[in-house]
Amino acid sequence: MIFERRHIISTKDFSREEIDFILDRAGRLEPYARRGGLDLLKGHIVASLFFEPSTRTKLSFDTAVKRLGGTTIGFDSLESSSVVKGETLSDTIKIIESYADAIIIRHPREGAARMASEISGVPVINAGDGAGHHPTQTLLDLYTMRKECKKPIGDLNIAIVGDLRYGRTVHSLAYALSLYKASLSFVSPDQLRMPESIINYLKKHGVELLETPSIDDVLKDADVLYMTRIQKERFPDPSEYLKVAGSYRITAETLENVKNDMIIMHPLPRVNEIDPSVDSTIHARYFQQAFYGVPIRMAVLSLVMGKEA
Amino acid sequence: MNLSDRELRVKPINNGTVIDHIESGQALNVLKILGISGHTRSVVSVLMNVPSGAMGGKDVVKVEDRELEPEEVDTIALIAPRATINIIRNFEVVEKFRVAMPGTVVGVIKCGNPNCISNSNEPVSSRFSVEATDPVLLRCSYCEFVLDKNIADHLL
Repeated sequence: MIFERRHIISTKDFSREEIDFILDRAGRLEPYARRGGLDLLKGHIVASLFFEPSTRTKLSFDTAVKRLGGTTIGFDSLESSSVVKGETLSDTIKIIESYADAIIIRHPREGAARMASEISGVPVINAGDGAGHHPTQTLLDLYTMRKECKKPIGDLNIAIVGDLRYGRTVHSLAYALSLYKASLSFVSPDQLRMPESIINYLKKHGVELLETPSIDDVLKDADVLYMTRIQKERFPDPSEYLKVAGSYRITAETLENVKNDMIIMHPLPRVNEIDPSVDSTIHARYFQQAFYGVPIRMAVLSLVMGKEA
Repeated sequence: MNLSDRELRVKPINNGTVIDHIESGQALNVLKILGISGHTRSVVSVLMNVPSGAMGGKDVVKVEDRELEPEEVDTIALIAPRATINIIRNFEVVEKFRVAMPGTVVGVIKCGNPNCISNSNEPVSSRFSVEATDPVLLRCSYCEFVLDKNIADHLL
């Protein structure tokens, strides 16, 4: 499987075999994600261009580069980039590609990473483009399920809860899970339902699907409870927000009747959809999930830069 | 109405291209796609709502002294999938073909997502892949926005 010099823009660009290949590699790199000790990227520079802030994603990528022995350059907000002087993204990419061996980009506009990949001679990794894609998030979600669940991904019953309409991560995740033919339940208030186009896609590809506004409908059978944040600004009426957000909040008590080996995931940051009392239960995996971002990004970086482990 | 009546309106052209069987009302959009504006030197005749047996009504565009290439006219298929192209030399039809839907459409349609990178100040042309032809479904190559209705309203 050839990943060298390949751009990582959307999960949709990958087959299931390619995704499995990346997850396998992440598995081999995971021990080094904690203690380092690799020099696969020694002498290599990775640029991380964050045109909007994202502390977690940026630090996770930075850690991945450093654990592989490479160094990073870049910026972490629009204000510190030359965009404030009026420079186009195209020009920025043309310049940075001559400095760095790979480019990680986070940008507020959809399609920005795709455009950057058409300009850049070095691999571009999308770290989020507006409401578009965030492929390494999807990969680390899959990796978490593979590592933390007792069954193969295809046998899992996965409930995705919260803002399914605007949530960038859940669209890519639903698509990727369809490759594994996992059973999916979508739990959301009516105004934040999964877009029709995605539902149609999943049905067309034979995915077993349940849509419900009530989290109680899924708790008992779920192997994975994937929680997401419901954002206040989606609701014109603040009292409506409080009511809806309250009904998708889980606490240690909510979990009384769930399967023993059910795991709870969340792309983080959480607001109050997961009560801190859940953190100490046997179900919580969201912090572990955040850590898995490092081996996944180590795998992606070393693959596109053609460095074998 | 018969053929000779129609020819009284606009006489046959000597050399050039006749685009026939355009969906009624789309002739001006066809000109837009072809980049034919007030600055064009060719003589251009536009017939709208011409009675037509098969289509009920149709539009016809005649461009004199210019032979349009298939690549130039294929994009017309987006708004006039039944259009036929007649290349005329010396009052004779020397070549006749139907427009064929292209696989990608570049720089013709504006993406409907205002936050798409192709709608910014970046030096990129809009680009759509044609995912279905009947009915037409376009997907933005940058942001994946789907355009499947009122395509003529999105012409750049």
